Amino acid sequence: MSQSQTIKDIELSDSSPVKIRFWRRKSVRKIVHAVFIYSLLIGLGIIVLMPLSWMLTAALKGKGESVYTLPVAWFPTESFHWENFWTVLVNDDYPLWRPALNTIMLAALNVTGVLISNTLVAYAFARLEFPKKEFLFKLVILSMLMPGVVLFIPSFLLFNALGWYGTYLPLWVGAFFGNSFYIFITRQYMRSFPKDLDEAARIDGATRFGIYWRIILPLSKPVMTLMAVFTIMDVWNEFQGPLIYLNDPAKFTLSVALNYYRQSMFSGREPTTNLVMAAALLSVIPMLILYFFSQDELIGGIASVGLKG
Amino acid sequence: MLQRGKKIFLPKLEGQKRREAFTGYIFLLPWIIGFIVFLLIPLGMAAYSAFTRWILIDPPPRWIGLENFRTMFTEDKDFWWSMGITVKYMAMTLIPFMILGLLVSLLLNQKLPGMNFFRTVLYIPAVVSGVAVTLLFMNLLHPEFGAINNFLKTLGVANPPNWLGSPTWALPAVAIMGLWGIGGGAIIYLAGLQNIPPHLYEAADIDGANSWQKFWKITLPLLSPTIFFVLITGIIGSFQVFTPAFILGGVSRFGPGSKHLRFYLLHIYIKAFQQGRLGYASALAWILFFISAIVVFIIYNRTERFVYYEEEGKGSL
Repeated sequence: MSQSQTIKDIELSDSSPVKIRFWRRKSVRKIVHAVFIYSLLIGLGIIVLMPLSWMLTAALKGKGESVYTLPVAWFPTESFHWENFWTVLVNDDYPLWRPALNTIMLAALNVTGVLISNTLVAYAFARLEFPKKEFLFKLVILSMLMPGVVLFIPSFLLFNALGWYGTYLPLWVGAFFGNSFYIFITRQYMRSFPKDLDEAARIDGATRFGIYWRIILPLSKPVMTLMAVFTIMDVWNEFQGPLIYLNDPAKFTLSVALNYYRQSMFSGREPTTNLVMAAALLSVIPMLILYFFSQDELIGGIASVGLKG
Repeated sequence: MLQRGKKIFLPKLEGQKRREAFTGYIFLLPWIIGFIVFLLIPLGMAAYSAFTRWILIDPPPRWIGLENFRTMFTEDKDFWWSMGITVKYMAMTLIPFMILGLLVSLLLNQKLPGMNFFRTVLYIPAVVSGVAVTLLFMNLLHPEFGAINNFLKTLGVANPPNWLGSPTWALPAVAIMGLWGIGGGAIIYLAGLQNIPPHLYEAADIDGANSWQKFWKITLPLLSPTIFFVLITGIIGSFQVFTPAFILGGVSRFGPGSKHLRFYLLHIYIKAFQQGRLGYASALAWILFFISAIVVFIIYNRTERFVYYEEEGKGSL
């Protein structure tokens, strides 16, 4: 709100012949305001980063060293056992490279499905005319409101009947059949291009599919990036689905594997807490990198999610 | 376009139009199939299975009418217990988190250098997986050696809580994990704040309004659609807490863990996948659905007149 310090105020403080007391001066108040805001933000930033720094500290502890120290130690300490990360990825008991690969594969399948299906469907809703279009689009909106929890059990019954239990199929096939929220945002985006684009291409003899493929898709890159990033993060962090459908630890995705890895701690052998923390940190790092590179699209996209209300 | 489509009406479209309609349906095909297979069929099965005794390892399902609902309300003590836990958690977190998220977003909305940096940092917890967050906070909340209790001790709290081991403090412990991720919610408000036209504030300044008045008369009303959105998604979200409950509650394939964190969705999971009572679990899911639908409906009716929508309606439905 400081941006709206008005012209009137500034004029007063600059040209007024009346001597203004120190604390009431505009410049001083501005500095006090900024210091106040920054100290709160720095405080919040520390609260957010401290747990992560503890995670790193714990992950770097050596064999036999306790991760718990009194007073609590924050990064950096003397222990720098970077080899822990390697141990977590490659070991004889439960190497995490495998769930990592599984997750990457699932993410790739889901991204492919999401990008193909939702752009096709959104293109029809945004730029083609056909009977019952409004009604069908209302169904899309309506199914967006359908909470997953009711479908949770019957989807399991269905996939189980299809013999998909214990396979990856329940975790990616759905992506190829459209998602109402993604259809909605993609359609909104595709509607913003001028109608002349299609008309001109039609005159040049392009087919509908040609227009979709050569004109609309290249223009839709921002919304496709957004969907891809959302999808990767969802697949990466998803816990409930893999927990229910996968029964073979070799097939686990990262989040279920992490929990499995942690549970084997209770058998009294490896991994110890430092290794669990190293594993958790390793699983988080790719998402942090993805976030740093895509944050403008992501935050912009969340803005459109907010608008939806 | 629409008018023309209507005039011609359904039966006979001229060649060109018919081709376009046909192409349109071809493009829609993935969604139409998905809608039927992954929504309509499961929904039908959900409706049916709730009235059956459907045991995974003992098919076929048997129609038992309202028996599942009778069991739920009269015999299943864990039903009421888990409902209680869920409602308690919601009461504890919903409104406080909304207010805190709003305050953080107001901080991030200040026009000062370096805001992008803080925005990035505060959003980090939102990209960390629920499992990783839970495993991390299990350690931070360790009653004896955890960072949080040590911090409390330095503040002079002689007997800091036992957190996850204690019936009273287990829920607040989960809330602390949610609190760490408050920046995720703040970003949604921030988007709303940045859509408020600056000229409104300028006009208010000319009229001599102070910051407090500007917040109540401009910021809050114009942010009301966002606040409403956060409220509704917050309610639905707190009915569906699962990951921390599953991990911290010590649930495994072999047995349920402690009861302090038996959230409702976890109760459904235990009935369905540990006891194999899928029909009963389906009935439980319907109850959750109806309760959240009723709550959302009531809130919608009560608050609609407080929610301000721009007349242009840009970007809205």
